Amino acid sequence: MDTRSNILTIPGSTRFLEEVRAFIAGHALRAGLDEARVDRLKMAVDEACTNVIEHAYGGESEQRIEIAVIARPDRLMIRIRDTGKSFDQEAYSEPDLLQYAKRRKSGGLGVHIMRKLTDEVTYRSTRTYNECCLTTLLRRHHGGS
Amino acid sequence: MSTFSVGYRSVGSVQILDLQGELDAHTAAELETAIQKCQKDNNVHILVNGADLAYISSAGLGVFMAYIEEVRGQGGDIKIAALQPKVFNVFDLLGFPMLFDILDTEETAVSRFENTSAD
Repeated sequence: MDTRSNILTIPGSTRFLEEVRAFIAGHALRAGLDEARVDRLKMAVDEACTNVIEHAYGGESEQRIEIAVIARPDRLMIRIRDTGKSFDQEAYSEPDLLQYAKRRKSGGLGVHIMRKLTDEVTYRSTRTYNECCLTTLLRRHHGGS
Repeated sequence: MSTFSVGYRSVGSVQILDLQGELDAHTAAELETAIQKCQKDNNVHILVNGADLAYISSAGLGVFMAYIEEVRGQGGDIKIAALQPKVFNVFDLLGFPMLFDILDTEETAVSRFENTSAD
């Protein structure tokens, strides 16, 4: 695996999640993120890819997931594209842990984690692909707006 | 391939599951199988030792949530101990300490089970 390339394409299978995490960790470290923030970004991207596999592709699939790292002076953006079913943002609601346990529900935490662990999460769908973009700011900008 | 394994040990009536490696959507089924095995064997005082757990994603956390009520309904509990700080932070981020007994050491968790059994 060439972690210097800024694009990694994998089949829609959870078998490749570890590879995705290593790919993100390599880029995040090179971008100057500290270890804690590398871990957060790595997990957020894992969650995004897991959601693609489980929801967009409805399980293990030969369809591809493209993960691109886009470095900007002030931010690191991870763009994840798939060609499955699009994510319905309107239908999403923040999870309630106690209710989850009572209903024996084990999924649905991924989006919550992605939002908690990165500075911005955006979704868009075109006619040919869905795109989720996770942004981590490299430094905080203070001051007036 | 993700590297993950579950080791089995017992201390008194407590079934200890030693988690090792990275627990993600690919490996979560192994933890699920381990908890189901404990239930089947009626070993419902389950203590998960996370000293060698290097990573957990929501798929792994989801397994704990899926079984906690059932195991408690059987008169047992799933307690979690010895997590590495970066892994504990993930549990904490999602509010798990509200729902689960998460202890610093295995010994503390075992004695918590023993005290409960003695009640």
